[in-house]
Parts: sequence; structure tokens; C-alpha cells
Amino acid sequence: MDLTTIWFLAIAILFTGYFVLEGFDFGVGMLLPVLGRDDRERRLAINTIGPVWDGNETWVITAGGAMFAAFPVWYSSLFSGFYLLLFLILIALIVRGVAFEYRAKGKTERWKATWDRSIFWCSLAASLLWGMVVGNMVYGVALDADHYYVGSFWELFNLPALLGAATFVLLFAGHGATFLSLKTKGEFSQRAHSLAWKLSTVGALPAAVWLVWMQTHSGSVLSGVFIAVAVASLLTSIVCNLIGRDGFSFSFTAATIAFASAGLFAALWPNVMPSTIQPSYSLTHENAAATELTLTIMSWAGAIFLPVVLLYQGWTYWVFRKRMSVENIPA
Amino acid sequence: MDVLEVARLQFGTTTVYHFLFVPITIGMSMLVALLQTMWRVTGKDSYLRATKFWGNLFLITLAMGIVTGIVQEFQFGMNWSAYSRFVGDIFGAPLAFEALLAFFLEATFAGIWIFGWDKLKPSLHLACIWIVAFGTVLSGYFILAANAFMQNPVGYEYSEANGRAELTDFGAVLTNPVALTQFPHTIFASWLTAAMIMIAVSAWHFKRKRDLDVHRPALRLGVLTSVIAGIGLVISGDSLGKVMTSTQPMKMAAAEALYNTTSGAPFSVLTVGDISGQEHTPILEIPGLLSFLGTGSFGAEVQGINDLQAQYAAQYGPGDYTPYIPLTYWSFRAMIGFGMLAVLIALYVWWRTRRGKLPQGRLFWIVAVWSAVLPFVANSTGWIFTEMGRQPWVVFSLMLTEDGVSPTVGERSVWVSFVGFTLVYAILAVVCMKLFLKYAKLGPPDEEKAKAGVGGPSSDDDDSDKPMAFAY
Repeated sequence: MDLTTIWFLAIAILFTGYFVLEGFDFGVGMLLPVLGRDDRERRLAINTIGPVWDGNETWVITAGGAMFAAFPVWYSSLFSGFYLLLFLILIALIVRGVAFEYRAKGKTERWKATWDRSIFWCSLAASLLWGMVVGNMVYGVALDADHYYVGSFWELFNLPALLGAATFVLLFAGHGATFLSLKTKGEFSQRAHSLAWKLSTVGALPAAVWLVWMQTHSGSVLSGVFIAVAVASLLTSIVCNLIGRDGFSFSFTAATIAFASAGLFAALWPNVMPSTIQPSYSLTHENAAATELTLTIMSWAGAIFLPVVLLYQGWTYWVFRKRMSVENIPA
Repeated sequence: MDVLEVARLQFGTTTVYHFLFVPITIGMSMLVALLQTMWRVTGKDSYLRATKFWGNLFLITLAMGIVTGIVQEFQFGMNWSAYSRFVGDIFGAPLAFEALLAFFLEATFAGIWIFGWDKLKPSLHLACIWIVAFGTVLSGYFILAANAFMQNPVGYEYSEANGRAELTDFGAVLTNPVALTQFPHTIFASWLTAAMIMIAVSAWHFKRKRDLDVHRPALRLGVLTSVIAGIGLVISGDSLGKVMTSTQPMKMAAAEALYNTTSGAPFSVLTVGDISGQEHTPILEIPGLLSFLGTGSFGAEVQGINDLQAQYAAQYGPGDYTPYIPLTYWSFRAMIGFGMLAVLIALYVWWRTRRGKLPQGRLFWIVAVWSAVLPFVANSTGWIFTEMGRQPWVVFSLMLTEDGVSPTVGERSVWVSFVGFTLVYAILAVVCMKLFLKYAKLGPPDEEKAKAGVGGPSSDDDDSDKPMAFAY
């Protein structure tokens, strides 16, 4: 395997890791007004992700940095092309990040309600916008001969992008509900549990349409297999939920997102951003890549440190493995 | 204003804003780690209370530092996509290293430290905050290595075929002399920033004679750190000046508004009149100091702006290679002046509060509390000097700033994001400041509250309904 292939894989892994991990904390944020009936329940929901959301978010920073270094042209075309989508994502991530920390620092109802709304809208917006970014990236956009996006902002609102948005929102919400049912106890957990399968079932529809579309659009055998596994995982997670196995159910919602993301990146390959103007304008893993020296250095760093990151992040989840209830929330 | 100007304004605004919080994160994580270590070593409750108090204030600012950092990484691609393509092969690697090696460490272990008081053994919990502190320093190093490439490009080769700078020596990029001098300078500035905040908040409580057992050690820690940082700043600033003179002579000439090449060049403390023309009228000069700062010898020759401009025009083609002089001149002085003043005030506070003394008189307390603003001014003007002094280059001698801007991003998009970020940042600045002051004034938790849940996990499982030691 040559280095550009390895780094395409690495970028795919980093984004996949991001969607799987931050997917559930976005989900928890979106369900805050649905499942949290009073202040204590909302705090319970926020505290299930309290210790981990920041570590989860780091995956996208690493993905961005790695893309910058390994595929500078991909990075520059994607980020300048999807300018306003990324601007809105940034605003959502900024407000959401401080919301968790600052909500707890005030006492009034209005203060808390403001931050609760921020958490909800920002989680929703970020999920939706990432879905649009991925939808556009995989389907292709108007890239010119220099691989710069020359379409308008409104052209990014096309059907594949909107299906991507719907899929991300619903699957992340289902993933979050499954996480909450696994992480909490008692009646709250029950409610999360019964919401999870409903969200996943509704989400299965746009997910299946979108993924199959992308498969017929640019898929390969490999992407077909991944997408099939993703759909099967989603159905399995629903079954696991219905027979009351929350742990398995969560593993399978994670697998759904992981395989769907893997399938999309496989369908993208060997392009990294196809051009809808002319195939020769497309960015590929080869013409977007950095030099061999940079890729080699990055490979060493990734090979040594990514496992270390996985180890200590895994340890975090182990440290905070206990189920929580409203009793654990100090007054 | 065109795309270039708005993009530059946005970069300046978001960077200065981000850098209000970065130094606190770097400095405060270390100070909190030191306080917690003092508690572990002595077992004194007052140190635990200090750790919790300062840990809480640290978290309020950490949140801002983290969220504003993402913008920095994204905007290279959004607003400066031509720049990203040109240097991505080199500039991207330290950014990726920062995320992979440092930021993951910082973010993950901060989460564990915040929520882990009742989940981890005390020594392991203490290790977590030290890992956070280490991660912030490592972060700073990689970011500065990336920035140093813009000031003094090394370890690259220009590829005609690909139209970009390509990496030839990563070791050279990481050991760029600019990075090696900027790095300690930035870390010492961060220590000074956090330490002055610690002095200011402790002094505020001192005046009200509240919790002196908690605030006195913090005040002393703040003073000690300020003085060490002050010495470090002078030494590292001095070597940075010399590196700058040899790598970016125009920046050094602009720092003094030195138009003509001079031997034994003086350093003017203040000046009057318009200095953006050909001359300036200094009102207080120290003879030979600029030469000394730049080269280590009072009599040495320092190149002037006019000569450098002629030299660059011959080398790179016609054009204006002069940064905006009044800004470089005054920001350089503001950085040094406000930084030094902060250290002097720290020493003065120490002198007046030594051996358990409680000074009388309003003025002392006003100075002690308000001095916390000084390092922020010094940090911001320091970065403005560094980045504006590099102009008109985005990568010195390789790429002009105007060539780095995104070619296909419309004016309206850049305006939307500039206004959007500025508004959100402004609102959050007010919120952050209010919260910080509220919790700073509230003071440390009482002994019972500070000790709740501290001491690691209990072996039995009966505690499952116990309230968490820390919860949002």
C-alpha cells in the first residue's frame, strides 16, 4: 500500500472515530429537552458525557490537522469550498462547548434555560451540518480546474446533502438515546431506552436511501459491503434494544455509524472530492497529497501515538463506566 | 474592504482573542498542579481548598481557550486556502502533531481530572493535572514551530512543478531557531499571566481579610512564579531579539522605526510625531541599546528600513516590503513595558505583604488587583508585533500575505464569518468575565465541601447513590 492510500485510510479513521464518539454526545445534546423533564434530569444527561465530550471533539481537530498535513489541497478545497457550513459548525461547537461548563455556573432558571437551548440547537446544527458536509463531499461539488469550489452557497443544499443531514441527525440522536439508556438507571433510562429504537427506526429510512444512493453513485464492492453491514448493524441494534440488551444495542449503533462512514469513504475512493463539472477536475488521494517525506513522518507519528490515544481514551470510559442516576447529581 | 482585508482582520481578531485564554491555560494548569502537589505533600486542608478554588477558575477560562482554538485550525483552510496549499506540506505537520500528541492529552486528561476526584486514587488524580499541564506546554511548542516557519522558513525546498514549498528536513522545522526562542518566551509570558491573576485575586481577598490561609500561599506562589517568569522573559526575549535581527532584520528595524542603517543604534523609549515617514523624533533614547539587543554588541551596525527596502526590492521585485511602522514600534514597546511593569508590581506586592504583613491604604490594593490586566496587554501587543512585523509576507521571503488568501471565497462569506465570530466572541467574553469575577469573589469552598468525595474510589459498592464529587 502506498502512503497516500494509508493516509486516506487514516483520515477516514479519524473522521469515523469523530462521528462515532461525538455522535453520541451530539445525540445527548439533542435529546436534552426531550428526555430531561426537570433540571436534575437535564443535569444527569449532561453529566453522562461531561468527562468525555471534549476528548471526543479532539478527534475532529486531529482529523483537520492530519488532512492539512497529509492532503493540503483536500483541506484547502474542502474548508474554503464549504465555507459557510464550516463557519456555522464552528459557531455551534464554540457555543456548545462553553454551554456545558457555564450552565452549571449560574443558578437562575433563565440562565439554565438559555444554555439548555444552546446545547440543543448547537448539537442539532452540528450534526445536521456535518451530514451536509459529508453528503456534498462524497457526491461531489463544482470544483474547477484548480480544484477550488466555484459553486454558490445554496448549491450545497442538494438532495444528497439533505439526506446526509437527516441521516446524521437521526442516527446521532438514536446513538445518544442508546448511550443514555446504557449510562443511566431507573425511570430515566427506561425512557431513553424506548426512545432509542424509535429514533433508530425512523433514521433507518434516510440512512438506507442515502447510503444506497451513494453506493450506486460511486460505490465499489468494498463500499457495498460496508454499507450493507451498516444497515444490518442498525437493524441489529434495534433488535437488541427491543430485547433489552442496551450494551449490545450501543455497540451496534456505534457499528452503524462506523460502517456507514467507512462505506462513504470507500465510495469516495480514489477521489477525495469529486468534481461535478468534469471528472478530470476531481481531487484524488494522489493529486491532493503532501510529499512522501511528510507522509512518512506523519505515518510514524500516527502509528506510535494513535494507539496511545486509544488506550487512554478507552481508559477514560473505563474510569467513568458506572451507570448514573439523578441521586448522583449533587444538589 | 476587500476579502484580503476582512480575512486579515478576522485572523487578527480571532487570534488575539484566542491568545487571551491560551496563556491562562498554560500557566494556570501548572499553578493548579503545584497547589495540588502542595496539598498532597503537606496534607493541609487550606491547600486543597486553594486547589479547588483555582481549579474552578481555571476551568472557566479553559472552556474558552479550547473552543476558540478550533477556529484557528479551520480558518487556514477557509480564509487562507492558497496559503494552505503552498505550505501545507510543512505547516500542516506540526498542527497535526499538536492535535495528536498534545491536544488529545490535554482534553482527555482535563476531563478525567475535573470529574475524577472520587474515581481515581489521589496520586493518579494528581498525575492527571500534571499531564494536562504538560500537554498545554507541548501544544504551545508545536504551534510555535508552525508559526516559526512563517517567520523564518527552514527545512523546505520550493517545488516548481507543484508550485509549493515542500518539506526536506522535519528536524530543522522543529528546531527552527525562531521556534526555540519563541517557545520559552511564550511559556514564561503564560506563567506571568496566570501568576498575576493569582496575585490579583488573592490580593482582593487579602484586603477583606478572608481565608488568609488559602490566599497567602497562593499569593506567594503567584509572586514567585512572576519573578521567575520575569527573569525568563528577559533572557528569552534577549535571545529572540538576536534571532529576529538575523532572520527578519526588517522586523527589528521596524521595532525601532530605524530608517537608516546605524552603528551603535540607540533604542528610543518614547517618540513623538508621525513615525511612518522617513524619520522620527525620539524624546528619550538609550544609546547603543538597539545594537545590543539585536547583536549583543553596543557598537554593532543595525540595518535600517530604507536600506532593507532597497535590498528586498532588488531581490524580490518591485513592491513595498515595509510593515506598518507605528504599529510595530508601539506594540514592541507596549509588550516590553507592560510585561516589565507586571513583574515590578509582583515584586512590590511581595515586599508589602512579606512576613505576614497586611498593607494599609487603598492604592496598594488597587494596584495589586488591577495589575492582572498588564500581562494580557503585553501578550496581545507581543503577538501583534510578531505578526504585523512580518508583513507584507505571510511566509517571510516566500509568499506575500495577499497571495495566501482564498481565491474563490466571496466577500460576503468572509464578512458573515468575521461579524459572526466577533459577535459570538464578544458575548462570550462578557459571560466569561462575569463568571470569572463571580467565582473569584465567592472565594474557596469551605473545608467540608472541599473534602467531599476527595480521596479516590471507595471499595464498597454501597456508594452508588452518593452524589458525585464534581458534576456540571
